[in-house]
Amino acid sequence: MSLDYVKFSPGFERFMPKEYRDMVEHGPFGKKVTVSQMGSFKEILEEHPMCAGCAMTLFIRLAIISFPNPEDTITVGTAGCGRLAISQAAIPFVYGNYGDQNGVASGLSRGLRLRFGDQPKDVVVMVGDGGMADIGFSGTLHSWFRKEKFTTIMLDNEVYGNTGGQESGMTNQGAVLKMAPLGKKFEKMDMLGMAKIAGCAYVATVVPNNPRRVESVIKKAVLIAREVGPTYIQAYTSCNIEYAIPTDKVMEDAKTVEDDRYKFSEYFTDEAKQFLADRYGYKEFLPKPAAAVTQA
Amino acid sequence: MSKSLEAEVKTNPQGDPITSMEPEQKTNPQGDPITSVAAPKTDLKKDPHAEAKKQRIVTPEYMFFEAPRTKEFITGSESAKEAVRRSNVDLSIAYPITPQSETMQLIGVLYGEGYVKEYYRGEEEYGVMSAIAGASRAGVRCFTATAGPGTLRGLEPIASWPGHRLPALAMFTCRVVNAPLAIQPDNIEISYLLNCGMIVFHAENQQDLFDFIMKGFIISEQNDVTLPVGVACDGFFVTHARGYVHMQEKGIKLPPREAWRGAVPVLDAENPPARLSRDAPVQKSNFMAYNIHAVWQQEVWAAVERSRKYINQYMGGLLTAENVEGADAILVASGSAAAQSREAIRLCKDKGIQVGLIKIRSLRPFPIPELRQLCAKAKLIVVPEFNYVAWLAKDVAAAIYGYSKAKIVAGPHVYGGMSMPVEMIVDEVTGGLTGKKSGNVPMSAMMGTDVDQAAVAHFMQNI
Repeated sequence: MSLDYVKFSPGFERFMPKEYRDMVEHGPFGKKVTVSQMGSFKEILEEHPMCAGCAMTLFIRLAIISFPNPEDTITVGTAGCGRLAISQAAIPFVYGNYGDQNGVASGLSRGLRLRFGDQPKDVVVMVGDGGMADIGFSGTLHSWFRKEKFTTIMLDNEVYGNTGGQESGMTNQGAVLKMAPLGKKFEKMDMLGMAKIAGCAYVATVVPNNPRRVESVIKKAVLIAREVGPTYIQAYTSCNIEYAIPTDKVMEDAKTVEDDRYKFSEYFTDEAKQFLADRYGYKEFLPKPAAAVTQA
Repeated sequence: MSKSLEAEVKTNPQGDPITSMEPEQKTNPQGDPITSVAAPKTDLKKDPHAEAKKQRIVTPEYMFFEAPRTKEFITGSESAKEAVRRSNVDLSIAYPITPQSETMQLIGVLYGEGYVKEYYRGEEEYGVMSAIAGASRAGVRCFTATAGPGTLRGLEPIASWPGHRLPALAMFTCRVVNAPLAIQPDNIEISYLLNCGMIVFHAENQQDLFDFIMKGFIISEQNDVTLPVGVACDGFFVTHARGYVHMQEKGIKLPPREAWRGAVPVLDAENPPARLSRDAPVQKSNFMAYNIHAVWQQEVWAAVERSRKYINQYMGGLLTAENVEGADAILVASGSAAAQSREAIRLCKDKGIQVGLIKIRSLRPFPIPELRQLCAKAKLIVVPEFNYVAWLAKDVAAAIYGYSKAKIVAGPHVYGGMSMPVEMIVDEVTGGLTGKKSGNVPMSAMMGTDVDQAAVAHFMQNI
């Protein structure tokens, strides 16, 4: 990005709102910041209209801090709770139609590549479980099969939170919710499995109570999507309202769910590993020297 | 350039001229030309993009008004392809059916030849129209085409393009949309497009299609317009039939889209993001949210209005008028109905009836002032259409209401794939002039002087 756009035109500094001045003087643009430095810099997303105790908001904050080049990142969303926060961030956000996000991101990332070539312009889709696995399902799967080079993140609260608590495809079997008065009758959709079948180069599950892990998967996903292929992160971001989780127990719930059915997992294609190692110094993803059994 | 190409035209086994741009034209066993899609021959020594790379950029003014043209006898789909070849298109997204013309596969040929830089087959129209929205946000020039049910399938994203201020060009090769499902020509889908906030042109023939597409790109990207343009034509009658098209040489193309030029910044992270338009403008239900949406929609339609001057500049007007002054009756028509109207006018002339023709090229913006002036003294206006609902007649009636005392006949109508016998139009002209009851058009579809007022009221309620 031309970092000029986050700077002041000379003479206008003192007329700008404090929030803006803070972003220019203490924001992360053009610097490398990490989640462990939270509190020492102005975040791209701070204020938001989300419910108290919302785990999704924490995850979105962490994810945005983790973008490798926030100044060259464009986020794409759809209807749902998440966009209420993402749209408050100080980076571009596309809010188009219902479930159109992976279609929009396909055109956007191809168009940006035409204009900017190898200069990274990271496109990151961040949508809820309903927006992705239900209404946006076809577009999501097809973008993966087409090997579109951008990152898709599911904010999985296992319910339609924004519309008041209806069953989604990602709801667990048996859960009693609106539109599932007798309990959900089929199991949670296996989007992780589908991501692998459809050819994603990197697939990860994560919960928000481990910020460094969130940072790690987001960085890898965005970097791999630059050149190797589509990447997918499925994040458990509980809805403490619809699932009646006490505000002070939200992180505890995340830990319990992580231990139970949302274990941290990472899947890489060999090409993705090689790319991370060669281009970004992630040597740990290369085969161990001992595995060089080709000598035998 | 005075050398006549007409004299050199070869013919296929049926005696039809073969005029494809390719030097050798093959035909299938039925004798139809095979216009698609063989992958470019992989001659390793020859760069398949060599011709495209040699294209020169010229100004729109030179391209449209000065560049020498030669005449070819080609289908509407081929004329769309040739327009795109000369339009410096960056990205195009295709979907095969629901139902399509050959256009989008011919754009694939252009991609193979390097005239279009990026191209893929989308999953279906919702995905295609969403991806066009994304690509336009990225600042590149985009083209797609669809038809009938495909238009309606893509309508949710299409209807949001104008509000997001996304320049792009979509071609609609109109087909049946209602049940029972059919694939035949019927332009009822235009009635849905008219209310999106996009600019909508209606091409009568292959030449119109060629010109409207190229000019549409330039109008779409004007700073004070920054809107998508839809170019509609009647499926089959224009897309699959051949007609003469006067075209500039292949070696020139329009200037590229200048991404910084739009009324709203593109989303390339080089400009400050446009918070209002591309973020969720209506976050919560409160007065500011209502107000934001209201003024934004007002601005979209104001931009539609501002496009009039560019339509006048590049297309020579929103309509064309022929022999309207002093005519006994006026036919107002768009698309293929305009072509049928010309023949009806000839038949009327044989009967001694002088009939004028107003051909509407631009449906949005609609030529309201022009119609009020042209129809001020008209006695009878007949509006033939290729759809059941008479969307054009309603717009004409609303436009001239209070400015003309003409009797307006909303018909004849054909739909579902019927062709329009010109005698039907002649009947409405002669019947309208003599006061004879129409066999084609119900009384409720007529308004104006000497008409049953209850019928007029019924008609107006349907507008």
